[in-house]
Amino acid sequence: MYGLAMVKGLLVTLKNLTRKPFTIQYPEERAEQHPRFRGEEFVWYEERCTGCASCAKYCPLGIIKIVTSPSETALPQGDKYRLEVFDIELQRCMFCGLCVEACPYDALFMGSGFEQGQYSRQDMVITIDQLRQAEKHPSTWFRPQLEGYAGEPGESRRQPAATEGESRLTYNPRGGPPLGWREVGRESWRWHRREKAGMRLETGPTAPQQTPATGAGGETAGEVPGKDDTIDDMTAGKP
Amino acid sequence: MNCQLAPDNILYGNGLYRLLYDAAGTLLPCWLAYLAAGLVIIFILVNGVLLGAAVITWTERRLLGRFQNRVGPNRWGPFGLLQPIADLFKLLTKEDLTPAGADRIVFALVPIAMVAPLILMTAVIPFAQNTALASLNVGVLYLLAISSVTTIAIFMAGWSSNNRYAMFGAARAVAVLISYEVPVVLSLLGVVMVAGSMSLGQVVEAQALPFLLVQPLAFFVFLAGMSAELNRTPFDVAEAESEIIAGYHTEYSGIKFALIQAAEFGGVVVVSAIVATLFLGGWSGPLSEYLGWLWFLLKTGVVVFLFIWIRATYPRLRIDQIMAFSWKFLLPLSLINLLAVSLEVFFLRGETGQLTATDLGIMTGINLVLAVAAIAFFGNLIRRRVKFETRRPAQNVVPGVSTIEVS
Repeated sequence: MYGLAMVKGLLVTLKNLTRKPFTIQYPEERAEQHPRFRGEEFVWYEERCTGCASCAKYCPLGIIKIVTSPSETALPQGDKYRLEVFDIELQRCMFCGLCVEACPYDALFMGSGFEQGQYSRQDMVITIDQLRQAEKHPSTWFRPQLEGYAGEPGESRRQPAATEGESRLTYNPRGGPPLGWREVGRESWRWHRREKAGMRLETGPTAPQQTPATGAGGETAGEVPGKDDTIDDMTAGKP
Repeated sequence: MNCQLAPDNILYGNGLYRLLYDAAGTLLPCWLAYLAAGLVIIFILVNGVLLGAAVITWTERRLLGRFQNRVGPNRWGPFGLLQPIADLFKLLTKEDLTPAGADRIVFALVPIAMVAPLILMTAVIPFAQNTALASLNVGVLYLLAISSVTTIAIFMAGWSSNNRYAMFGAARAVAVLISYEVPVVLSLLGVVMVAGSMSLGQVVEAQALPFLLVQPLAFFVFLAGMSAELNRTPFDVAEAESEIIAGYHTEYSGIKFALIQAAEFGGVVVVSAIVATLFLGGWSGPLSEYLGWLWFLLKTGVVVFLFIWIRATYPRLRIDQIMAFSWKFLLPLSLINLLAVSLEVFFLRGETGQLTATDLGIMTGINLVLAVAAIAFFGNLIRRRVKFETRRPAQNVVPGVSTIEVS
């Protein structure tokens, strides 16, 4: 009958009237943020940085500017360059995270913020002093050692959480106090290998047809001695 | 007490006015007391309408928000109640622009011409027993006459703005208003016929049963027509944001825009009050001697909620659909209602020409059935039948390869 659909429409809106609003009242409430969120406020640990400028080299936009000079200081990581300038032009950054992926020493992390709006473009450039003084709330983007952390910072960060589903959301970058360079840990070699196997960058047992001539090449390439104490599960169990 | 109000004066029925007049009459000369008491009542009415408009802006935004699973304005004051005041101050501090090619005098007159009819309309509305400022014996006619004045204001706005969109909006508004005036008047004729009077106070007193039940068709037509005259959402082509910027008030800014907005939302208040008076029984209810104003406010609120609910539900109609809805649907419905009511009144009325509550009950039964049948019948008549073409199913569809249809 004509008109019944109009009554139905009225009932639909009435049903929505009784529902709870979806709105998140932003300054007071915050939407739940994924731990792998690639945000502003890059976390940089000077103690680990050697000044190799891999991040600057891999940045597709070339917005990272690094000036170094040779230094005599020998930190636990070995010799390193002294950084004079480390500028990130945030206004042009597209947060691809390639700089973080490129860092071989786990010195650069993606941040978890998104509220660094400024009134001028000059203010959008993050200088080395700002990076030093910033509160360090690293994102777990490309840093798997932070995931699976379920307790207080510094406590049991390396322990994996109970299940796979939970492990991603147990780390809250904004949840606790800032993390120091000793607390964030290093990504495991095993994880690296799995990542690269997924990307099919590595010739090994996963892609034997690429190295048909050298039969033993797969095993030697897969073994990286002594770096990590974990068992390589990609090659284990396969003759 | 040196001044005496004549019993045949239209202001005699208002108890508050007589009180003020007597009080002022002890100090002032009679003609001045007459004026002063009137000004006090007018002041109350004007502020009532504008305050009502402010409350409606807040209510509408909050309720629309909830209808759309949002929150609505809630930052300023408890529950965002001070939001209208913030809006007002924002609009007051904005620059008051007049377009270069505008007709300045007409352009400046428009906001006044839009607000004035609303305040004039409140003069005859009985808020409680004996509180209508002027208990006119042609109240319904007066309301219809005054509510049409808004059309002229809208056309003034569209014409004087020297803006195509404003002109489009004004032309649409005039077309809609003229079309919907006819069914609205015809639907009110039924009300007047049953009540036996055009005075709004007597219409309220005649409602032993609310006229919503006695004449559902008239209520439906009147609500739809008034929705169109207020340019509210199913019929808001006159200020369709997605088509013609803001319609007739495209060029208005600052305080003039504030007044136009106040006129729009004040229109909702006044029309809701009229609907409550004519169809929902106005101030009548339990303890209406003392709580009449409360019943009146409650019923007005229900109608306002209905307006907002309709706005939240229906999308905008095209102009041809609006015209078809008026001339092919509402007009026959109002004529059927008029015919039915006149026949019923002719056969049911007693010796004195009055209808008792039993008569109204009989009319309710007949008219409810008639309303459902008429809406179904005319709805099917105006429904555009869509014939789906029987299309041959596509043969040999290769996934991923776009086929070129040969016909």
